Amino acid sequence: MGFFTDTSVCIGCKACEVACKEWNHVPEDGLNLLGMSYDNTGGLGASTWRHVAFIEQIKRPGDVPGPVDDSGASVLTESVLGEFSADGSRWLMASNVCKHCTESACLDVCPTGALMRTEFGTVVVQEDVCNGCGYCVPACPFGVIDRREDDGRAWKCTLCYDRIGDGLEPACAQACPTQSIQFGPVDELRERAQLRVDALHEAGETGARLYLEDPDDGIGGGGAFFLLLDEPEVYGLPPDPVDTTRDLPRMWKHAATAAGALLVGGLAAAVSGRRGS
Amino acid sequence: MSRPQDPGSTGPGSTGPASTGNGHEPGLAARVRERWGVHGRGQHERDRAEARSVDLQDGARHGGARPGGGRRGEHGGGRRGEGRGGEQFVVPRAQPDSYYGKPIIKEPVWQSRDVAGYLFFGGLAGASSVLAGFAQAAGNHRQAQVSKVAAVSAIGLSGVALVADLGRPERFLNMLRVFKPSSPMSVGSWLLSGFGGASAASAACAVTGRLPKVGAAATAGAALIGPAVCTYTAALICDTAVPAWHDAHREMPYLFAGSAASAAGGLGMLALPGHAGQAARFAALGAITEMSAKSRMLRRLGETGEPYQTGRAGSLLDAAELLTAAGAAGAVLAAAGDALGGGVLGRRSRVVTALSGAALVTASALTRFGLFEAGRTSARDPKYVVRPQRERLAAKARELAP
Amino acid sequence: MAEAHPVGFQWVMEAKRRGAKIIHVDPRFSRTSAVAHLHVPIRAGADIAFVGGLINYVLQNEKYFEEYVRAYTNASTIITEDFRDTEDLDGLFSGFNPEHRTYDAMTWRYQSGNVAPASGARGLDAARMRDVKEASRGEAHGSGGAAAEIAPDLDETLQDPRCVFQILKRHFARYTPEMVAEVAGVPREQFLEVARLITENSGRDRTTAFVYSLGWTQHTVGVQYIRTAAILQALLGNIGRPGGGIMALRGHASIQGSTDIPTLFDLLPGYLPMPFANGNDNLEGYVDAESVDKGFWANTRDYMVSLLKAWWGDAATAENDFCYDYLPRLTGSHSTYETVLQQIDGKCKGYFLYGQNPGVGSANGRMQRLGLANLDWLVVRDLVMIESATFWKNGPEIDTGEMRTEDIATEVFFMPAAAHTEKDGSFTNTQRMLQWHHTAVEPAGDARSDLWFTYHLGRRIREKLAAAAAERAASAETVIGEAEAVDMDRPILDLTWDYPTWGPQDEPDADAILAEINGSDADGKPLSSYTQLKSDGSTSCGCWIYCGVRADGVNQAARRKPGQEQNWVAPEWGWAWPANRRIIYNRASADLDGKPWSERKALVWWDEEKGKWTGHDVPDFIADRAPSYRPPQGAVGVEAISGIDPFIMQADGKAWLFTPAGLVDGPMPAHYEPQESPLANPFYRQQHNPVRQIISHPDNEYQPSGNEPGSDVFPYVATTYRLTEHHTAGGMSRFLPYLSELQPAFFCEVSPELAAERGLEHMGWATIISARSVIEARVMVTRRMKPLRAGGRVLQQVGLPWHWGPNGLTTGDSANELSHLSLDPNVHIQEVKALAVDIQPGRRPRGPAQRDLVREYQRRAGITEETGTEV
Ligand SMILES: Nc1nc2c(c(=O)[nH]1)N[C@H]1C(S)=C(S)[C@@H](COP(=O)(O)OP(=O)(O)OC[C@H]3O[C@@H](n4cnc5c(=O)[nH]c(N)nc54)[C@H](O)[C@@H]3O)O[C@H]1N2
Ligand SMILES: Nc1nc2c(c(=O)[nH]1)N[C@H]1C(S)=C(S)[C@@H](COP(=O)(O)OP(=O)(O)OC[C@H]3O[C@@H](n4cnc5c(=O)[nH]c(N)nc54)[C@H](O)[C@@H]3O)O[C@H]1N2
Ligand code: SF4
Ligand code: SF4
Ligand code: SF4
Ligand code: SF4
Ligand code: SF4
Ligand SMILES: [Mo]
Repeated sequence: MGFFTDTSVCIGCKACEVACKEWNHVPEDGLNLLGMSYDNTGGLGASTWRHVAFIEQIKRPGDVPGPVDDSGASVLTESVLGEFSADGSRWLMASNVCKHCTESACLDVCPTGALMRTEFGTVVVQEDVCNGCGYCVPACPFGVIDRREDDGRAWKCTLCYDRIGDGLEPACAQACPTQSIQFGPVDELRERAQLRVDALHEAGETGARLYLEDPDDGIGGGGAFFLLLDEPEVYGLPPDPVDTTRDLPRMWKHAATAAGALLVGGLAAAVSGRRGS
Repeated sequence: MSRPQDPGSTGPGSTGPASTGNGHEPGLAARVRERWGVHGRGQHERDRAEARSVDLQDGARHGGARPGGGRRGEHGGGRRGEGRGGEQFVVPRAQPDSYYGKPIIKEPVWQSRDVAGYLFFGGLAGASSVLAGFAQAAGNHRQAQVSKVAAVSAIGLSGVALVADLGRPERFLNMLRVFKPSSPMSVGSWLLSGFGGASAASAACAVTGRLPKVGAAATAGAALIGPAVCTYTAALICDTAVPAWHDAHREMPYLFAGSAASAAGGLGMLALPGHAGQAARFAALGAITEMSAKSRMLRRLGETGEPYQTGRAGSLLDAAELLTAAGAAGAVLAAAGDALGGGVLGRRSRVVTALSGAALVTASALTRFGLFEAGRTSARDPKYVVRPQRERLAAKARELAP
Repeated sequence: MAEAHPVGFQWVMEAKRRGAKIIHVDPRFSRTSAVAHLHVPIRAGADIAFVGGLINYVLQNEKYFEEYVRAYTNASTIITEDFRDTEDLDGLFSGFNPEHRTYDAMTWRYQSGNVAPASGARGLDAARMRDVKEASRGEAHGSGGAAAEIAPDLDETLQDPRCVFQILKRHFARYTPEMVAEVAGVPREQFLEVARLITENSGRDRTTAFVYSLGWTQHTVGVQYIRTAAILQALLGNIGRPGGGIMALRGHASIQGSTDIPTLFDLLPGYLPMPFANGNDNLEGYVDAESVDKGFWANTRDYMVSLLKAWWGDAATAENDFCYDYLPRLTGSHSTYETVLQQIDGKCKGYFLYGQNPGVGSANGRMQRLGLANLDWLVVRDLVMIESATFWKNGPEIDTGEMRTEDIATEVFFMPAAAHTEKDGSFTNTQRMLQWHHTAVEPAGDARSDLWFTYHLGRRIREKLAAAAAERAASAETVIGEAEAVDMDRPILDLTWDYPTWGPQDEPDADAILAEINGSDADGKPLSSYTQLKSDGSTSCGCWIYCGVRADGVNQAARRKPGQEQNWVAPEWGWAWPANRRIIYNRASADLDGKPWSERKALVWWDEEKGKWTGHDVPDFIADRAPSYRPPQGAVGVEAISGIDPFIMQADGKAWLFTPAGLVDGPMPAHYEPQESPLANPFYRQQHNPVRQIISHPDNEYQPSGNEPGSDVFPYVATTYRLTEHHTAGGMSRFLPYLSELQPAFFCEVSPELAAERGLEHMGWATIISARSVIEARVMVTRRMKPLRAGGRVLQQVGLPWHWGPNGLTTGDSANELSHLSLDPNVHIQEVKALAVDIQPGRRPRGPAQRDLVREYQRRAGITEETGTEV
């Protein structure tokens, strides 16, 4: 089971953020006006498991080719209504969450087995096992999981393990008024997502693209994937993430060779000594 | 954990230093500023420029943490426009694309004191046990003795550093619940346990003179595990999403092995300046390996390697390199002297040897701190994450294109 | 709508998915604009110009729905020859009385051969008209129109210069695309784009819906904004049809319910007017004055008597006029703002605040607090410790030194209230639909429901009064005056106040109260429709329009049958008044012969065989009245409704393009500038709504406008609005960490251009000044705020989310410190959507220096008591 987050219908109401915190008793994350449009959460972290990004792409006269009236406001000659505000101005909103990667680095590197793959294919931290080693934190290619200052353990979205187990929708998906967050079997969601992209392309939204829906990508496809209207990095997402542990075998190989070399070096140092004296 | 509004965040014209609330993270603005600090321009001036800019185009052109948001707003709109016929607007990518300059991946949460310390002592311990092993085999007992003690004390300290990072000692035990080859830290925790035991036994026997057989076995064991203890840590930091670390996974283990050897040899030279032949040779080999591995690494990494050469990390590593070079020279002299004079050396050269040894030990420590710092910088700046991935995608696209 | 009604907005997104085009007209680019197809930035306070322009476009280009307009609107009605338009009087309508600042509606009347007895608002002298204005008879039509001749003279050809259609045409002729651009700042081409989209999407086969809320209401001409939309929609044939209409997005979850069963001073349940001191002397007089001759308002007596029976039960008899005399009488306007003045003048000494936070939420916050500080006692029932309960220790006036805690004599009682999750009850939403909610958790600690508080308070008072009465009876000789005392108490002692209670706290049974509202017949059986109500006292009903909500003794409002298990109208989800009709006046969805205008837009239709109306929705018409029916001469009441009179609550059964009565500020909308505006009215010499409600008070100084000297001291238009993350005055959001962290500080939104002009820094501080007060806010510099070209200049607007105050987790200045009291004359709503201010970089002064700065601005603008009070 997983998520398809269709950012093209997100209205930035943040109900998902609040519902997540309410259900999971996630602590308040600091009251700070960040000046990043209407985003005062900043990003995902140990105490923010859903994060709604706000990106303002507002046009000004001259930004849009075509007639401009004396006030400089860009004006429409004939109806070119796409999906969004006709002068090309956009206010992108996107609700981000743990991707529940098919190949998830956080889970691979976790030395205690606290991070586990559930029967739903989701990735969950068992807080009673986590020892706060913090290895998962830099391992995640999306900067999702994080360690909490107070108790030193790692926290992230559980995909509402305790709800979906009881046949409930995740809290965030249930709270979302516009079905921007859709929950279900990932392959079903993939089909739905494809239809939506096609529809958007029809409507002239050629910037629309799916992100992390491809099982052949660097993380084996996201259990949570997205429909974006611009490049991933505009939303603070990596354009081509790869699970770091894909290279681990090679790392071990080099580590082993290097270790061998060290022995040889030790031997050399000793032997040459013999000859010397 | 209701936190009252950070007064800092409400100061006139300030965008921080407000904690984003993710406890350990410095405030967003703080980090953004830090980040632009690297590029020379203060975030706040940036906002000011923004607010003042009467040129309508200006605003959106260079994003940054400005209300206009998405630094590539225009680009996004543009591509859409293109699709809608005619509209062409690609803003040159002056800055790396990002969301208000925020990091894409999380910085390692480790304290550099703890983890860099852990890397250094681990390396020192592992290599010392190698030195000890061969010294013993070569009948170089004084060297063996010293290195055994060095190994056990170093591994002890590295353990202390690790626990300091975990918070509570018992948390180390959580790691011995499982063995996960996919987790260098899991592998490491077993290596450390094994190595800790062996080196302790070997040192104990050496010091007390009891159970020579057991001692020999333990020494051999430690000498065999030691190298792994030196290099698994390279896999550990490379097996992350931190570009400067991950992309360096080819050279990092050699760099670590070399750095460890020069530290262990250096310590030997420092302890037995008058009897440092083997240690010096070991150190020299190590230093040379380290330096060549590093230069190969930087050459291959290109822009991703920037963090190793700039900022605090840069200075740390430069200092380390100088000391390594100097120390290496000293080591070569000592080795040569040892080869000629067979241990009968003048007072002066003993001082030189000792100093060179000290230099090498310090260098190795600095190297670890430098490498760690560089990782942080590389994680903090989204451009190090985005650009290589963009290039990768472009390459793929080129392949596909006829 | 996405901002303040995100859950309701899911249906807009659904419509978008199905191909609907979304147009958002708003000064700011908001979260709604973000998903709209077209965002039209407009100058705050200029919508009548914009929508008036659309009306003109429709009339000039003959885009109106001809058959609909001819048959279902009053387009063909002839208006008396004494009528004069704003065209003739440069911004005034005929009948204006400058001395009383009132209109006499006599000259707006329908011309009619029949000389039916004057009724309703007709035939009133200017003095009475002022009372009417102040007591706002205008508000008494929430469920239908005012009185008017039922058989006026008509001109079916629509050619007569005095017919509504021609008057309308002349009236709106000025509202050209060029004027729209000039006044509203909407570029000509963009305006035409909107006009094209709307007209193309209206007609037999398609309908266009309008959604509005405070952006249209909080103006000194608020009601006329909505009238403008009503005229446009009637012309386009978009009323009473699926996908059409004008939807008022309501406020607090049951604000619609609180006008149906009103918390308003001038209404009784079901929009029955509150009796007057002068006139309405007895039931007869009341019914005669307030009922109309045609349609369902002709049965006013049935509704009134049944209401009196519901309140006073057996005590209400034909002999004693059903206790009509127990009802209080209006002596004038007692709206919340007049009450504040009474407090300041020491006339109002005690005050109950049930779920309101005027110290933050009401216009001119300083006056609100001056009033509260002058009370003897104040009872605040709220979920949290709101500003209105703590003004005496941390209100802004304490800082400015205007108040000292030790001088404030108000005794404040704070009573923790139970939230809606902690009690049974119903919400009535904007669709007139009641939805029942059940207690989810018991209220914690001392918290009690308002029902509990009110019921037990009443119970105790009644016990005390009864005891006193018994004492008096016992004591041998009765002193003069005590007899009256006893009578004084009767209205309370005779009340039916015997609700069953449950639970450890003796919580009154909400369902029993719903039953009383629904009403019952002589032998106590629940009624199922208001048509069953009688005026002989045999029926009782607490609110005639809600009659049927508990038909068959079943709580219809509690029904929750999923949409997919019923037809698309979903009649079995909750219950809507009247009679569970989901689309009101839906007879208009069928043509004159009773056939749907088109298959695509079929809703209800006439079934020839069965000889009755039927369809997807409950027909809003007399079930068996054939389309061909025409009333006989002299027919009255329901009989007088012809088969082609869809608007059965209107006196003439038609949709009103021209309102002959019922509005106190004109029969047609005209653009007037807000009370405070940097611009002069480009349409007429008349700058403001001449009958806007002015409140002259030293603490309510107004600013000069337009060309008046000093108006340039406040050069920017400011508007106030909501953020999704907060709720109104903050009691329900600023005290919650999960909401506070999402918008953790009060900020103002300005364009980069304005920021450059004034040297404002993103995330820095700004000081915002009006003639009332000065506040500070963090600065959000954003391109979402666009400079407009209006009144021949580039106009900058300042956006102010107004949720903040001194208490809670996130605190800040309240935007309402800046706003003034000048109200719409029909419904007394404050004008907080279009203000004029100055904005400067940096933080505001502290202490007494704040008032000095304000006085300095007043001086520079040359403000006196008279400023802004002219007609
Ligand atoms: N999240 C949230 N939801 C709420 C509330 C809340 O506080 N928070 N409050 C509830 C209540 S009590 C109410 S009454 C409703 C109010 O719901 P809304 O009326 O939607 O709320 P506002 O934000 O006050 O005003 C709506 C818009 O009017 C625009 N506006 C201002 N002046 C003008 C003008 O002259 N013309 C036009 N066309 N637009 C103008 C503002 O920019 C704003 O975007 O919301 C209810 N829902
Ligand atoms: N400048 C400006 N001013 C405005 C507006 C604007 O758009 N701009 N909007 C106006 C509008 S539309 C409105 S509705 C008002 C709202 O202004 P107010 O009604 O004064 O402010 P609220 O915060 O809605 O007050 C409601 C209070 O009721 C409490 N409460 C909630 N549930 C219950 C309950 O069950 N029982 C009791 N006893 N209390 C309860 C809440 O805690 C809250 O404190 O503000 C008006 N003021
Ligand atoms: S997104 Fe990060 S935290 Fe989530 S599963 Fe993938 S690697 Fe783990
Ligand atoms: S912090 Fe916890 S979850 Fe993360 S890797 Fe360490 S043990 Fe696993
Ligand atoms: S799935 Fe559950 S835990 Fe994950 S973001 Fe949604 S609500 Fe939070
Ligand atoms: S709840 Fe849905 S619409 Fe609201 S912010 Fe989250 S994803 Fe967007
Ligand atoms: S607060 Fe309640 S009424 Fe308002 S949108 Fe949300 S659910 Fe609907
Ligand atoms: Mo409201």
